[in-house]
Amino acid sequence: MLSRTADSLFWLARYIERAENVARILTVGHRMASLAYSLGDAGNEWHSTLRAAGCEDGFFGKYEIVEAEAVIAYMVFDADNPSSVFSCLETARRNARAVRTALTVDMWEALNQTWMRLRDLDPAAIIAHGLIDFLDWVKERSLLFNGAYANTMLRNDAFFFTRLGTFLERADSTARLLDVKYHVLLPRDEEVGGALDYYQWQAILRSVSALRSYHWIYHDRLQPWLIAELLLLRPEMPRSLRACMEQIARHLDLLADAYGGKRGECHRLSGEMYARLRFGRIEDIFQSGLHEFLVAFLDQTARLGGEISRLYLM
Amino acid sequence: MRLRVRHETSYHYDAPVMAMSQLLRLAPRSHDGQRVLSWQVRAVPGRPLPFFIDGFGNIVHCHAINHPHRAVTILVAGEVETAAMDGVVRGTAEPLPPPFFLRETKLTAAGPAIVDFARGIGGDASALTVLHALMRAVGERVAYRPGTTDAATAAAEALTRGAGVCQDHAHIFIAAARARGIPARYVGGYLWTGMAPEHDQASHAWAEAFVPDLGWVGFDPSNGVCPTEAYIRTSVGLDYLAAAPARGIRRGDAAETLAVTVAVTPGDQ
Amino acid sequence: MARPEGELPAAGQGTDLSGFDEMHHAGACRAPYAMIRDWLEDLPPDLLRRKHEEAELLFRRVGVTFAVYAEGGNPERTIPFDIIPRVLDADEWMFLERGLRQRVRALNAFLVDIYQGREILRAGRIPEALILMNAGFRPEMQDFMPVHGAYTHIAGIDIVRLGPREFCVLEDNCRVPSGASYMLENREATMRLFPGLLGRHRVASVSHYPEDLLDTLRSVAPPHCPGEPTVALLTPGAFNSAYYEHSFLADEMGVEIVEGADLFIEDNIVFMRTTEGPRRIDVLYRRVDDDFLDPLTFRPDSTLGVPGLFGAYRAGNVALANAVGAGIADDKSVYPYVPEMIRFYLGEAPLLANVPTFDCGRAEDLAYVLAHLDALVVKEARGSGGYGMLIGPQASRAERDVFAARLRACPGDYIAQPTLALSTCPTYVESGIAPRHVDLRPFVLVGKEIRIVPGGLTRVALREGSLVVNSSQGGGTKDTWVLDA
Repeated sequence: MLSRTADSLFWLARYIERAENVARILTVGHRMASLAYSLGDAGNEWHSTLRAAGCEDGFFGKYEIVEAEAVIAYMVFDADNPSSVFSCLETARRNARAVRTALTVDMWEALNQTWMRLRDLDPAAIIAHGLIDFLDWVKERSLLFNGAYANTMLRNDAFFFTRLGTFLERADSTARLLDVKYHVLLPRDEEVGGALDYYQWQAILRSVSALRSYHWIYHDRLQPWLIAELLLLRPEMPRSLRACMEQIARHLDLLADAYGGKRGECHRLSGEMYARLRFGRIEDIFQSGLHEFLVAFLDQTARLGGEISRLYLM
Repeated sequence: MRLRVRHETSYHYDAPVMAMSQLLRLAPRSHDGQRVLSWQVRAVPGRPLPFFIDGFGNIVHCHAINHPHRAVTILVAGEVETAAMDGVVRGTAEPLPPPFFLRETKLTAAGPAIVDFARGIGGDASALTVLHALMRAVGERVAYRPGTTDAATAAAEALTRGAGVCQDHAHIFIAAARARGIPARYVGGYLWTGMAPEHDQASHAWAEAFVPDLGWVGFDPSNGVCPTEAYIRTSVGLDYLAAAPARGIRRGDAAETLAVTVAVTPGDQ
Repeated sequence: MARPEGELPAAGQGTDLSGFDEMHHAGACRAPYAMIRDWLEDLPPDLLRRKHEEAELLFRRVGVTFAVYAEGGNPERTIPFDIIPRVLDADEWMFLERGLRQRVRALNAFLVDIYQGREILRAGRIPEALILMNAGFRPEMQDFMPVHGAYTHIAGIDIVRLGPREFCVLEDNCRVPSGASYMLENREATMRLFPGLLGRHRVASVSHYPEDLLDTLRSVAPPHCPGEPTVALLTPGAFNSAYYEHSFLADEMGVEIVEGADLFIEDNIVFMRTTEGPRRIDVLYRRVDDDFLDPLTFRPDSTLGVPGLFGAYRAGNVALANAVGAGIADDKSVYPYVPEMIRFYLGEAPLLANVPTFDCGRAEDLAYVLAHLDALVVKEARGSGGYGMLIGPQASRAERDVFAARLRACPGDYIAQPTLALSTCPTYVESGIAPRHVDLRPFVLVGKEIRIVPGGLTRVALREGSLVVNSSQGGGTKDTWVLDA
């Protein structure tokens, strides 16, 4: 297929995934800020929200003070912010439109209807009384799109590139989320964390729809190191770094098979990243530093994206 | 006489260029007064370049590099046997009819200044006399001064400035001739100046006009003469843009350093 | 040189602009429309309205859009689809098809000639300056012979109907005519909205158009192209007004839709960048105008094209459809000479009439046009889209004055024609069903052979009394039925 088509599918999936992740992070941020408000720490929560969505630098290029209205405006509507929910959906649709013929009708309709609805929405009304509903809607649209492509696309290279986009973005998002909150996961002297810690742990799990999954897997009250393990290393957890890397490595292999065995640096790198997660132990990761681990992972994810692009998308 | 040409163009970039593509009209064809003995246009290093014949009958070499690179060198080398024809051009392919060369282009748009200039020249004399007078008038009106104009300067602007290079002289001549109802066209080529080799004036441009009974006749307003055996024709067109010796485009953000050496020397007899 | 004669059937002239009613004639329903009448009579009263709304939804959902630059509004609006089909019977179509084949053969013969020996100019049948000074004449194409002598591979010939047996060519579109996708989508819509209606009638199918198009494109591949030719569609990109059509046709043909940046030239051969490495392209169905095809040969500022493409083309390593330079054949100042081309190249009498045309560049024509502005339609010689147009009888005094001034300033840029009373078809409007003016654009495919799918795109002026069918001016489209014999 055309390199540009593959590139558009890859980014289409990435931006849909990003829209969903930003919506999730905002939903939790909103909840935490209202809880934290009673504890007098709302500003800090909004700051974390910005960092988790990778919007920190752009935000401070425009605003000086972190306030709910500004953060929401920037992360939901701002056209200057390439990761705002609006921008993500707009970019996704633009990519989709450029490769219409590579999409199934269901994929296109899911996107196009999202976009048409989006154009008619009134930001003021959303902020005034419908932010959470709106963010839920964004999540729904992303789930619809993901379902549409999972259920209707041919299992060929087009599908593999779309998959790569979804999982690379998801891995990036989970790693970022964890890194913003890594300090609340660190072992400390007290046996039990305070109320705010507990909410923070809950929030992390909620951001990736994993609160219930946690209980299913661990049958235990929330423990920070288990939360870290769940999101880093558990294969059952669909948003864990391991699960994402497994998918990425697998789909890169499928691409190599489809293209007569040709492989590149992206195959080696993804294999290495996956192996580290598959055979890694959470104790060792804490030992050598969770933050350092996540920073290195984010760096590798970025490199992996570049290598995939170099081999296939240019 | 025999003329040998060696023309080397090197581009160096301060950052990698992703891709480049160019068309080169640097190959003469044989006709009366000009016989091509040998000629090559090639990239260095590289094979001889592929080519096509364009609508004006020019040989156009195509050069493309589709991977990152920091330097490109093009080598043109060959030998031509020329004879004095008093500027008369015969035995060329001439795919397009003379009246076509009345068509105005952006670079040769007449405008009031040129119409005015053209009207005052040669009176009711024959076309040939008018053209000779026009050739002299352009040379007198517009001083040869490199750096005052560029490849995008139109005839009218160069006339107003009163300075330019051979390209501008040719454009003004062409625009004025057409304004007088005489078909005219742009010619690119090489010139043996008798001066030290590696002088960049060896790459030259002049004009041709269509004179009833004689056919196409060359006029070089920069030197005030009709082309002699010191001239080698490599391209014709409505204007510089159509006959450009090199027209290129590149992808990548880099500053370019251009090095050109042209040597036209009398060959072995 | 003789001026091209008027070949207008008498029926269209005069001040009555109501037009020939294709459904009701001489107080009775014409035979081809008999079942449309029965169908309309049997329909429950509000069904049409519901179907009309359903159609709108359908087109929006599928995303059949057409952007109109000059309007500030929604860049992705749909062209209104009128749910009542337009019907031609087998005889009418047979006549049209013969005329179309003849006309397009002559247009291609003209293009081959005009870029080679120019016999028609030597013979004095067309003024030399009209061609040589025309921007549509591309010197770059001189002495180039496309495979099978096909210059306009896809021609859209705009036809108006003036009477029961009177069809006229209003203009030829030889460069990049659009609309075939609407022809196909309209038929699809009829099938979805009124399942069974088509089945009850013997309507010729149009759905093989993409196959015919692909066959046509393959048939003009360079002779030494290795193996099965690879075809791709070159689009200016997703922001082009006709992008929907580009992606639709590429999809239906099963070929890649490429942009300039997807292609590169190596050794004078065209390649596209794919995930598996470079892949050679043999035929480009290009929907990019000549000017933008190659910045090294045409407009240097074009970013839509491919640097070096024209060299690969002239070297015979890739076919372009339509060929570069075809615009000289559909220039409105050349249009009056098409009947002459038919006589000159084919030795035949033209089957389809031309509309008499005044070339405002001629002093005597200009004088006549200025004196009769209230009866004439004035058009730009090199425009399309219906913007630079004056419909004399429907224009205000002030509008006519504006045009008169433009005419005096640049007479050569305009032509004028009598105002034609386009035929009408029953059309769904606010108030129910009413006659609206229509034209027809059949698509003629030229490769190794000529193929035409029966019918074409019917465009309808939705405003009462309007004679402008352009989609950019509030026109809509209709499904076009050709009944089998």
